[in-house]
Amino acid sequence: MPVEEISQQLAPYLEAFDRVPKTPLHQAAMERFLELGFPTSREEDWKFTNLAPLTRMSFEPAEPGDAKVAAKILSALPPGPRIVFLNGRRLTPAEPNRSLETRLDFRKRPFVALNTAFLSDLATVHVKGILAEPVHVIYISLPGGRPRMAHPRNLFVFESGAQGSVIETYVGENVYFNNAVTEIIAGEGAVVEHVKLQRESLDAFHISTIHIEQGRGSVVTSRSFALGGALARTEINAVLDEGSECTLNGLYAVDGHRHVDTRTVIDHAKPHATSHELYKGILNDRSSAVFNGKIIVRKDAQKTDAKQTNKNLVLSEDATINTKPQLEIFADDVRCTHGATVGQLDSDSIFYLRSRGIGEQAARAMLIEAFTREIADGIKSQAFRDYVESLL
Amino acid sequence: MLEIRNLHARVAGREILKGLDLTINTGEVHAIMGPNGSGKSTLAQVLSGRDLYQVTEGTVTFDGKDLLEMSPEDRAREGVFMAFQYPVEIPGVSNLYFLKAALNTIRKNRDLPELDAMDFLALVKERMKLMDMDQAMLNRAVNAGFSGGEKKRNEIFQMAVLEPKLAILDETDSGLDIDALKIVANGVNALRSPERSMIVVTHYQRLLNYIVPDFVHVLSEGRIVKSGGKELALELEESGYVGYETETANAR
Repeated sequence: MPVEEISQQLAPYLEAFDRVPKTPLHQAAMERFLELGFPTSREEDWKFTNLAPLTRMSFEPAEPGDAKVAAKILSALPPGPRIVFLNGRRLTPAEPNRSLETRLDFRKRPFVALNTAFLSDLATVHVKGILAEPVHVIYISLPGGRPRMAHPRNLFVFESGAQGSVIETYVGENVYFNNAVTEIIAGEGAVVEHVKLQRESLDAFHISTIHIEQGRGSVVTSRSFALGGALARTEINAVLDEGSECTLNGLYAVDGHRHVDTRTVIDHAKPHATSHELYKGILNDRSSAVFNGKIIVRKDAQKTDAKQTNKNLVLSEDATINTKPQLEIFADDVRCTHGATVGQLDSDSIFYLRSRGIGEQAARAMLIEAFTREIADGIKSQAFRDYVESLL
Repeated sequence: MLEIRNLHARVAGREILKGLDLTINTGEVHAIMGPNGSGKSTLAQVLSGRDLYQVTEGTVTFDGKDLLEMSPEDRAREGVFMAFQYPVEIPGVSNLYFLKAALNTIRKNRDLPELDAMDFLALVKERMKLMDMDQAMLNRAVNAGFSGGEKKRNEIFQMAVLEPKLAILDETDSGLDIDALKIVANGVNALRSPERSMIVVTHYQRLLNYIVPDFVHVLSEGRIVKSGGKELALELEESGYVGYETETANAR
């Protein structure tokens, strides 16, 4: 497509695209991204998330960053097997994997198309048998002359009967744009734990698309912690085969003027699958959050058992939460429940703690911690659990 | 130790306490009895610092200090403890964590060193025996899913750990069967000491068979209208609150 026809919003991406090496896949994805453009708030899925702060900026393709600063950031993270990226470039292990086997269709998803267009170094974890320790994929973003963008791409494949944990962490400083895509393929009977720890800089933009494909009888638990970012959105799509079990838990915490958006779709495509979903949010100051949880139960997905809960703790009068459950049920012998709550800290509980000598601030902190703990509690690795709890 | 003078308090715009006077010396146990709506629980809440209650007149002096000026946490740190009529459930906060935080803040205020995990656990286990409680509850969330009896026992257990100078028991007997009542009363009796005063707020004389007070006061219409020894409680048991609630009845 000639540059003249491209809108002002998209032009910087095309300019950046001209400067990176490309294959026909990159080319096709870029063309599709230019056709789709950025989503607008006229689209139902983006109604409450205004992308203008992101789309009016332009970003340079990622370049190497300061390895010393990166090393310091890494030393604060729990030890274990790691795949480390700095400004989108893979640091360790050194040999980057650039061949992509994807099941994710970018034609309908502008951010997936954009990610695919700029695809370079991948994080691939392929598990056969039992993974002894969690694999930690770490994305560090450090500032340069102009705001940068990176398009992290993760592919986690668990063969039939495989078991293990993968953890994605996003950390950074200053203003940048991370547009991540993660695919999790769980083979028949696989047991997968996935944790996403988003603690981007408070000025950063973070868009993440997670696609989970579950084979028969597989068990996938995904926990998502959205703690950073000026504007952050995580979209999780899970497709469930017969007898599989999917747990999506998460916590989002925003303050200042920040905005966080969580959108999940659990697709009960086959019978006898179970899904549990628990998302909790904490909002302070003038922040805003969106939770949209859709559960689809296909026509032949009988004996589906789906439960969705969204609880929000709103600590200020100026914060805004939009929560929306969506159930689309086409089978008749199913059990689906959903519930959403929005509330403040309980004044009786605060008084009870204070009446025992605990100061007001400490009492509030204790109750907030109690609210969040449930989400971190289930993380299998104690080192990571302790680490995540220390951040909350 | 505690001097209440001409105390007036309101809740939701309605005056409940209308000039209450009460003096409690160190080591004394005072029972406050009275019909429903007489202001018994309001007195307990005002003393513990619940902000839903507004004091409009009068003074409360505790160990020479102005109690009404203090925040609820400062009152607790100075040695005031209220056993709640309706203990609050706090999911996600374990009893052990909560009580350790409470005890160490109070100890700090008394210039005592903070207890480490080992010493704290030893103390807690010893005090649990007093209340015939299962250690498993320590790792459970505060009062979450506890039965009525368990909650009341937990209140007295907390009191045993925090060792207050003044304990206010707000209808601790309500909702307890006789076995639970005996356990709670035994716990309270074990905590009686010449250094500790208690205010036992109750509607029924029954509790006072087990926790024998030094003084009994009858509260009616927001004031103490009669005071006496433990025999006054028995008198009330005989007569009910006849004569003490006429005004309330008329007011309705």
